[in-house]
Amino acid sequence: MELLSKIATNDGHGENSAFFDGWKAYDSDPYHPTNNPNGVIQMGLAENQLSFDLVQEWVKKNPKASICTSDGSNGFKDIAIFQDYHGLPEFRNAVARFMEKVRGNRVRFDPARIVMSGGATGAQETLAFCLADPGDALLVPAPYYPGNDRDLTWRTGIQLLPVICHSSNDFKITRQALETAYKKAQDSNIKVKGLLLNNPSNPLGTVLDRDTLTESLKFTNDKKIHLICDEIYSATVFARPNFISIAEILQENADCDRDLIHIVYSLSKDLGFPGFRVGIIYSYNDSVVNCARKMSSFGLVSTQTQHLIASMLSDDVFVDRFLSESAKRLGQRHKILSRGLSQVGIGSLKSNAGLYCWMDLRRLLKGPTFESEIELWRMIINDVKINVSPGASFHCSEPGWFRVCFANMDDETVMVALNRIHKFVIQTKGSSSDGINRKQYGRSKLEISLSFRRLDEIMMAPHKMSPHSPMSSPLVRART
Amino acid sequence: MKMEVKNGDSQLLSKLATNNEHGENSPYFDGWKAYENNPFHPTKNPNGVIQMGLAENQLSLDLIEEWIKKNPRASICSPEGVNAFKDIAIFQDYHGLPEFRNAVANFMGKSRRGKVSFDPERIVMAGGATGANELLMFCLADPGDAFLIPTPYYPAFHRDLRWRTRVQLLPVVCESSNNFQITKKALEEAYENAQKANIKVKGLIITNPSNPLGTTMDRATLRTLVTFINDKQIHLVCDEIYAATVHSLDFVSISEVVQEMEDYCNRSLIHVVYSLSKDMGLPGFRVGIVYSYNDIVVNIGRKMSSFGLVSSQTQHLLASMLSDEEFVNEFLSESTKRLASRRGSFTKGLEQVGIRCLESNGGLFCWMDLRKLLKKPTFEDEMGLWSVIINDVKLNVSPGSSFHCHEPGWFRVCFANMDDETMVVALRRIRNFVEKGEDAEVITVKKQNKACQKTLSLSTSQICDENVTMTLSYSSPRVISPHSPIPHSPMVRART
Repeated sequence: MELLSKIATNDGHGENSAFFDGWKAYDSDPYHPTNNPNGVIQMGLAENQLSFDLVQEWVKKNPKASICTSDGSNGFKDIAIFQDYHGLPEFRNAVARFMEKVRGNRVRFDPARIVMSGGATGAQETLAFCLADPGDALLVPAPYYPGNDRDLTWRTGIQLLPVICHSSNDFKITRQALETAYKKAQDSNIKVKGLLLNNPSNPLGTVLDRDTLTESLKFTNDKKIHLICDEIYSATVFARPNFISIAEILQENADCDRDLIHIVYSLSKDLGFPGFRVGIIYSYNDSVVNCARKMSSFGLVSTQTQHLIASMLSDDVFVDRFLSESAKRLGQRHKILSRGLSQVGIGSLKSNAGLYCWMDLRRLLKGPTFESEIELWRMIINDVKINVSPGASFHCSEPGWFRVCFANMDDETVMVALNRIHKFVIQTKGSSSDGINRKQYGRSKLEISLSFRRLDEIMMAPHKMSPHSPMSSPLVRART
Repeated sequence: MKMEVKNGDSQLLSKLATNNEHGENSPYFDGWKAYENNPFHPTKNPNGVIQMGLAENQLSLDLIEEWIKKNPRASICSPEGVNAFKDIAIFQDYHGLPEFRNAVANFMGKSRRGKVSFDPERIVMAGGATGANELLMFCLADPGDAFLIPTPYYPAFHRDLRWRTRVQLLPVVCESSNNFQITKKALEEAYENAQKANIKVKGLIITNPSNPLGTTMDRATLRTLVTFINDKQIHLVCDEIYAATVHSLDFVSISEVVQEMEDYCNRSLIHVVYSLSKDMGLPGFRVGIVYSYNDIVVNIGRKMSSFGLVSSQTQHLLASMLSDEEFVNEFLSESTKRLASRRGSFTKGLEQVGIRCLESNGGLFCWMDLRKLLKKPTFEDEMGLWSVIINDVKLNVSPGSSFHCHEPGWFRVCFANMDDETMVVALRRIRNFVEKGEDAEVITVKKQNKACQKTLSLSTSQICDENVTMTLSYSSPRVISPHSPIPHSPMVRART
């Protein structure tokens, strides 16, 4: 008899994938500006580390937010014994309010519908448990976040079916692609229970426009299947077009069945607090709220953290300032990276959100194959010494795309990374079998020196940050 | 918001979402409703329902608060600690902070009288013991497989072990005739029944110290269990979340037994569930631990822990606290002392009105024998008596049938979630109820004891008061609130 369960012995956790090699390379040789200047720079980590100074400043000024400071310790006992799975009322209120602010107060969120979970990781799994039976499927537009496979299918036994998106139309989700994916499932006798959207998108960094959202809503409504919207990057939008939440679309389409709509949220990306494990499920379906709440016992947010977050997010002045400043800094960083890349002919998908760029390295592939993509990736890790994430790990249908994160490091490290990329591109062009001529090579050199001057002008470094996260391989991290 | 499942739901939602396996539609929650509608307060509502259905440890939080005041660095929000804020806030490594794992391993070792040491590398986090138990089931059993479980057992195991995992629980019946001890015979019988029914048994799960019994297993019993599971090559999951509610000298952990039986027991079958919710009284912090002797289970469990990691803010605080040797030693010693004292006062108070409890040395509750207060030894009568206790005596206690006890008449009554004054009130109400019941038809009292009890009842109050004096002498200077701020209905609480 098998000693352990099937779940324990299959690969559903997804960590045996070859893609973790990049992380291993980083773990064994992490970059440090002085201790290890030739180490691997971590650009595979979607973390928001740009605005911690604002948070720390707030924390210093608000000792009551902690149950451990002399100002707050009288609240210790009541907080420590509170295990009501509804969560602290002030926590739910503050989170609802925060979500409203992020959406420009264009929608209202009912605190009674806020359900806690173990990070967005736990939120996704809980929703899958509530909405689908083993064997059922959720449609997911590709490319998508690799962790979805583990979060949604590992212990639940459901399957994910990709909705293929193409670079030819900037990876937009079309009604046709949705219908195709749905029909394919029908033909294979697989019951589709819902569609999962990620808006803003990881890895694309784009926001869904009104038409796509409305079309998706109509599609799911027609088929009477669920629509789950993972909006965990909603406050990382740094430029137009504005973020439109499914909550707004629902408001505009009152005849749609609200029982089918569910939002996943978290504070890990927008605020930069992945360690605090603040996952949120917001469902318009009463039974789902009730069921998910019972399930939340498996992953409640620590009341110590609920208390802190409740305090922080109830401070309107802080929240307004944070949201505005964080977006600004993300925008600046995005600009530096995308411009730095384009200066060596590397394009990235035009994006206005997220903590990463979706780099187009198709021209650098030997051939338009995933084997070439892996080869290029290994070169980037081992020679350029940058950990980026290959498109195949996001189930992208076209080889040559790579996600590169920019918000988990300081300005200097970004420069070093760009410098390395520039050098690499020159070398690749120079040694390419296509025979790049010397003239081009010369021109490239000039571009580099010009570009660095321009970079210096663009860069602003009001604060210093640690160049790398302490231990951040996705082998160990809840979410990348 | 509607509570019931709507008509179309069975198609729209999953089976999990529409079955009742979460266990919350049980009639037992009526007691909680009674409390919520009418909660006791010494001055504002002295005739309200006293909450005695809540297994919480509120007796030693003053020690923790005192430590926190003296150790501002433990917080990432204090001026002394805020420089660590960023590093902690971004830390999501599912191994957990090394200092956290070390501190928890150290604490676990100390509460097991230092006879065993725990390897920090085997410490895996989970969303409370609730999450830890579920995680282990996901690792050890497939849907439809079964775990044997001695009765009576903690009601929410029904949800934690079965709901989303689809694992079954098969009872190993324990009887009052031998103080509910687990016998080899009962184990074999349960196992055979499963075989006959073609159900695959993957393991045995025990709680030691026991909830609801409050008893600890002796070494011989633990050895019997280990031998049993080893013979059958099935798993043994030991929920030891009440380990430090008993004096460390009296508690034998499964880890100790495993150590002793090293040569003839497959360690890969042994797994421990732990938590800080009971021993330290911190249920809100959701600190669940899976400690497995099986390397694969540690690895896989760790990956699964992503669904319920402990907040790094909380890890940081506890790492600091539990690394403080002096504090840990003092806390363990003082906490077990206070619990023993409270247990003693309470059971004595009950004895004085002729109510016996199962002899116990651990847990946050007593297992009360009210069989002689039943008209007939049936569960209907048990529910009837329970209703009387809630509505007339105004105490929320938990009837034995909610713990799947096979004999009617047993009730679990918690004593560590209130202050001394409230305990005195509760005992007084029980005394009044029992004395009144001597004349009432509903309760059968042996005639020969009547005279005895009447005499006894005069001196009872004196003795009670003495007990009160005794208990008050050790207790902390602050008054513990007699009820938790927000009603702690198990409908909403992670664990009762």
